[in-house]
Amino acid sequence: MTPVIDIAGVRKTYGHGDTEVHALAGVDLAIDQGEYVAIMGHSGSGKSTMLNILGCLDIPTSGSYHLDGIDVGGLNENQLSLVRNHKIGFVFQSFNLIPRTSALSNVELPMVYSGVPRKERLARARAALDLVGLSNRADHAPNELSGGQQQRVAVARALVNSPSMVLADEPTGNLDSHSTEEVLGILDRLHADGRTVVVITHEDHVAAHAQRVIRLVDGVIVEDRRAA
Amino acid sequence: MTLFEILRFAGKGLTANKMRSALTILGVLIGVAAVILLVAVGNGASVSVQNSLNSLGTNTLTISPSRGGTGVPSRPLTQADATALTDRNIAPDVGSVTPVVTSTAAATYNGTSIDIGQVIGTRPNYFTITNSPLSAGAAFTDADVADARKVIVIGATVAQDAFPGADPIGRQLLINNIPFTVQGVLASKGSSGLQNADDTVVAPLSTVQYALTGPGNLSQLVVQAASADVIDSAQAQVTAVLGQRHGSTDFRVLNQQQLLTARTQTVDVFTVLLASVAAISLVVGGIGITNIMLVTVTERTREIGIRKAVGATRGAVLGQFLAEATLLSMIGGLLGVLIGIGGSRFTIAGVSPVIDWNAVLLAFGVSVLIGLFFGSYPANRAARLRPIEALRHE
Ligand SMILES: Nc1ncnc2c1ncn2[C@@H]1O[C@H](COP(=O)(O)OP(=O)(O)OP(=O)(O)O)[C@@H](O)[C@H]1O
Ligand SMILES: [Mg+2]
Repeated sequence: MTPVIDIAGVRKTYGHGDTEVHALAGVDLAIDQGEYVAIMGHSGSGKSTMLNILGCLDIPTSGSYHLDGIDVGGLNENQLSLVRNHKIGFVFQSFNLIPRTSALSNVELPMVYSGVPRKERLARARAALDLVGLSNRADHAPNELSGGQQQRVAVARALVNSPSMVLADEPTGNLDSHSTEEVLGILDRLHADGRTVVVITHEDHVAAHAQRVIRLVDGVIVEDRRAA
Repeated sequence: MTLFEILRFAGKGLTANKMRSALTILGVLIGVAAVILLVAVGNGASVSVQNSLNSLGTNTLTISPSRGGTGVPSRPLTQADATALTDRNIAPDVGSVTPVVTSTAAATYNGTSIDIGQVIGTRPNYFTITNSPLSAGAAFTDADVADARKVIVIGATVAQDAFPGADPIGRQLLINNIPFTVQGVLASKGSSGLQNADDTVVAPLSTVQYALTGPGNLSQLVVQAASADVIDSAQAQVTAVLGQRHGSTDFRVLNQQQLLTARTQTVDVFTVLLASVAAISLVVGGIGITNIMLVTVTERTREIGIRKAVGATRGAVLGQFLAEATLLSMIGGLLGVLIGIGGSRFTIAGVSPVIDWNAVLLAFGVSVLIGLFFGSYPANRAARLRPIEALRHE
């Protein structure tokens, strides 16, 4: 079985000359379908850089990335948009909802770009909001929602197009313990449904939800541990 | 992504900042309305020039002095010239002739001063030759001319200015401090855009000469051909008779057709000038769109990043921002058309505007194109952003 994520020799370098920063210094990693992976490491160790590359939001300086067997490096801009739309659900630490736009419309957004008809779109968006327990907040704009609720809307948006993987960059970093549990509960359920989940976190109790923990130091993987 | 979705996003984007959108729309609106209105005014001026000249009758000739050949001083037109032209034997196609002196003068009524465009001194046949009927009172007579009586016929504008709401007949108007009795009022002919035919006072030739211009030379001779068909031969006869009497062609004979062409050309130049000013304001409106869209794109960089992160293609982002720009210019254009057409119903600077539908179409079309053109630079900038760069934007 081909892994969902397969990166080899990935490097990411920012800046030139004196200010050069090797955010990723040669990373090899394969993640199988249905795995629940936590990425840990100190601040500045390259976690976000790696996840952005996995989410096709950024491109590596060198190295290869195969997603579901497709060589991402060979895709053009439109094909990358398509991959982000169909295969990836991304959750950001800072929620990144579109302001002045209702929760429902935010969740609808990925389906608008994939051309799902309006009726079906609305139904699926409502179902996704229902799944994260926010069906009663569908018409609220982001600034009318608590941080935890905003993040749950973001999770609903990430899963609504049934992507093969959900990538979350410190999804609970800005949340209190109660909201954290709610969001983690949703990710657990996604995993239980067979979705691939990759989560960046600084907290051990969050990482404890995952079956596999990867630790980064200065842009290289120093530990890749699977739970029993 | 359907067109409907694109428009929906664009509409949302515009309503997010209503004040800014409204001001941008206003810029385009003013441009479009200005084009439509100013062209309509120019057009209206040209139409009314035609009408007022046509109303003079197409079978009249106007003779005025001009410089003869190089260095030859022109001989003035005289009453004798006028009499000579009425000779049936040498000028058989000339119907009637009237002498005209013109002058400007200050008028007052009850202590308030009234602007008078022109004081015309002439004979009673002036009214028939120039097709100037009276709306009230009566024209002066040959006897008035013979006795140099101080009677006048006033234009509609003068009547309005001097005696608002009152019957002017029988009242006295002071012209250069000499009292004149108003005896009749001319029917309104309307403004020709450059000159207001209603802003005149007509008095007996002799009176004007004694009181205002001094005796002697005439400003013009107005000749009516025997019929409209013989206007050309009448013109030839007039030229021949006067040329012989003066010894050189030190006068100009204009027929209405030539006057019409000359005036229309002047008005056309005027219209082009107006339209250029309007076109500039339309372009300024377009630059306003670029400006606002650039601000919008910068402000919403993060939003663009989010959209791209969830799968918006470059085309989708481009479409959204282009649609926003075009919507702005189209709404501005439509409102501009409405206001331009609405405004054309009013008289502006003495001219009743006549809408040129080509200008309406053009102004609206250009406004939409301006949205596309001036919006495409910011829209492209938005669409080209890489998702991660856009998301990191502060
Ligand atoms: N756009 C950028 N330009 C220059 N350097 C960058 C840029 N983004 C990240 N870096 C550098 O790359 C390194 C890795 O950054 P990254 O964001 O991946 O760290 P991280 O592990 O996610 O840290 P944190 O836990 O604080 O989020 C850091 O040293 C950072 O300074
Ligand atoms: Mg990070």
